[in-house]
Amino acid sequence: MNSAQIEIQLIASLVAIACAIPGTFLVLRKMALITDAISHSILPGIVIGFFITHDLSSPLLILLAAASGVITVILVEFIQKTGLVKEDTAIGLVFPALFSIGIILIAQNANDVHLDVDAVLLGELAFAPFDRLILGGIDVGPKSLWIIGIILCFSIGLLIAFFKELKVSTFDVGLASSMGLSPVLMHYGLMTMSSITTVGAFDAVGAILVIALMIAPAATAYLLTNDLKKMLLLSVLFGVCSAILGYWFAHILDLSISGSMTTVLGFIFLMVYLFAPNKGLFSVLYRQRQQRIEVSLLTFLLHLGNHIEEEERHVKHLNEHINWQKVRSKLVLNLALNNNMITIENNIVSLTKKGESFTTEAIDYIVNNKNAEIENMKDRFFLFRG
Amino acid sequence: MNLIEYIELVFTDYTLRTITLGTAILGAICGMLGSFAVLRKQSLLGDAISHAALPGIAIAFLIIGTKNSSVFLLGALISGLVGTFWIRGIINKTHLKSDTALGLILSLFFGFGMLLLTYIQKKPNANQAGLESYLFGQAATLLESDVWLMAIVTAISLIILLLFWKELKLLLFDTDYTKTLGFNIKFLDILITTFIVIAIILGLQTVGVVLMSAMLLAPAAAARQWTNNLSIMVILAAIFGAASGVIGTAISASHNNLSTGPVIVLAAGVLVAFSFIFSPSRGLLFREIRFRKNRNDLQLHKTLSFMYNIAKTHEDITHPHAIKILNNFQGFTKKSLQQLEDKDFVQIKGNMWSMTESGYQNASNLYDQLLKENNE
Repeated sequence: MNSAQIEIQLIASLVAIACAIPGTFLVLRKMALITDAISHSILPGIVIGFFITHDLSSPLLILLAAASGVITVILVEFIQKTGLVKEDTAIGLVFPALFSIGIILIAQNANDVHLDVDAVLLGELAFAPFDRLILGGIDVGPKSLWIIGIILCFSIGLLIAFFKELKVSTFDVGLASSMGLSPVLMHYGLMTMSSITTVGAFDAVGAILVIALMIAPAATAYLLTNDLKKMLLLSVLFGVCSAILGYWFAHILDLSISGSMTTVLGFIFLMVYLFAPNKGLFSVLYRQRQQRIEVSLLTFLLHLGNHIEEEERHVKHLNEHINWQKVRSKLVLNLALNNNMITIENNIVSLTKKGESFTTEAIDYIVNNKNAEIENMKDRFFLFRG
Repeated sequence: MNLIEYIELVFTDYTLRTITLGTAILGAICGMLGSFAVLRKQSLLGDAISHAALPGIAIAFLIIGTKNSSVFLLGALISGLVGTFWIRGIINKTHLKSDTALGLILSLFFGFGMLLLTYIQKKPNANQAGLESYLFGQAATLLESDVWLMAIVTAISLIILLLFWKELKLLLFDTDYTKTLGFNIKFLDILITTFIVIAIILGLQTVGVVLMSAMLLAPAAAARQWTNNLSIMVILAAIFGAASGVIGTAISASHNNLSTGPVIVLAAGVLVAFSFIFSPSRGLLFREIRFRKNRNDLQLHKTLSFMYNIAKTHEDITHPHAIKILNNFQGFTKKSLQQLEDKDFVQIKGNMWSMTESGYQNASNLYDQLLKENNE
């Protein structure tokens, strides 16, 4: 590993951490798409800043671009407040318009601006180490490392200082304002921080990867935990993992670093989406299946409870009567048998004592419709535990 | 090239005619289907899908190895649909919200697409140039065959819309009711989503990935301001879309260095801003005017009822009073007094006012109304 490689990984990891922090809050506040809007609409700010400074990593350019990000947010909120269109439509109207202005500005001044839209959108991490910051004749490291490092320190500082306020205003706006914490201030603070992070990161990794780095780690972490601190830590972890794995993946196959970082993020998300305990796709499907069978079992037991005559309780008859497929009836029948709810004699099904009390309680539950009761019942009657 | 030359050229120049027709048709189909996207609160689906189409285009290129826009479209369509249904899956099966799901699919698919593009660029195959036009759009690359394709797709979607009009309308406004009536919601849902995805994919080549979402949204959002009727909204949106396509093409063709996509989007944006401000029923301007008028009316009524209370205490209701006594009353201004006089509710002589008969009647009715409402 040479020093350029270490620097690239360092920059990528810092960008990932810097993005994960505001990203977590944006995902929790259901404002994930605002990152999409910001990352596109900083373009006019970047272009104007570039006209003035002719340097893609000057502080003035970063400020101008961040300002155009904040303007996007304000515009979106203004349009939304008029009530003429929904929030998502407002986002979808604002950022393409600003982006168009940016593209036209570039095209109009194509002769004296060497600014490529591709470079803004896609970024090129591989070149980041070559743009050095020279202070007093001494090479102190790549410029983007310094930029993102400063932004990261800033955002960690703000996070620690305002953690409580952010937490409260994210989960309960009403409580936050009644406690005297200003949710509006938090909102705009978060938006400004997201804009600055986006701008600081775009130079290194491009606008699209910024969206991925903000949303994907946070969303992945959200599938694994409901604890804000854990979620922050997990999303930082996922971000850094994807940065380092993505770099090596890109290095070995000689592909774009930001593309492979996103792909690694996508892979991590896919795995968590499929296999996360409790919230993953498979566990959700499994739970839904179990619930479906539970409902079937209830229906079946209620049916038994309602009929004393033998022909209604014949195993074959049930098949036609409740209108179930063969496999499903067998499943339900076996479950009921395993739980000692029913006995079968000569193909005639009858409820046991336990089954009867279960049925009565189930009816009680249906009548009262209190949620707590059914969970309690499941535990007491050991469904699915044989 | 100025505008008049441009109009002449549209009828003579092959390229310009193709591009103008293409953008007009694209605008129309986007407006038409965009209305459904906007009303179904799927506005940003366009953004997500246009990004999600990239890996499909790249994979299509990897498989066939040459540039062929219809195969690209097919690849884009498939990956767009995969993206759409994954978004659905995330929203339905996990507790992640739709904004997170859209953002995830958008960025992850696009990033993967970029990875594939860099892989393609490394290959010794020289045929890859032009793939990037899908990113930012290049209306100039439109061919007559592309326009035909767009026209055919527009015709098909028009037929489908007309065939399933009633069902789709029902689905838009009351999904549960549609279900109870026995319509196959899943089928209708997939149908309309598929057509929205097709429209998005068609537009990629012309306006590019980033601006496609505005193409889908803007005409529909503008049309929504003018009407509450779905069929009128769809027609209006199609007209707005086509108009912004034509205007955008015209402006970009008559200037140097103006790419078509952004200009079309800005034209649509101007249409939206115009509709937001000047629409008679919902527009901001008329809303503000109505608001002011109501406020003035209210203040007038307040002043009148205050005067009524004073006049009531006298036997002769037209007994003159000093204007000074109104000064402490909130809502009283010289202007409102003038308006009351114009309506012949009061008479002003010097710095005294007196109530007229009709003013008294009117004010007592006002009072009665208030009482009645209180009793209710």
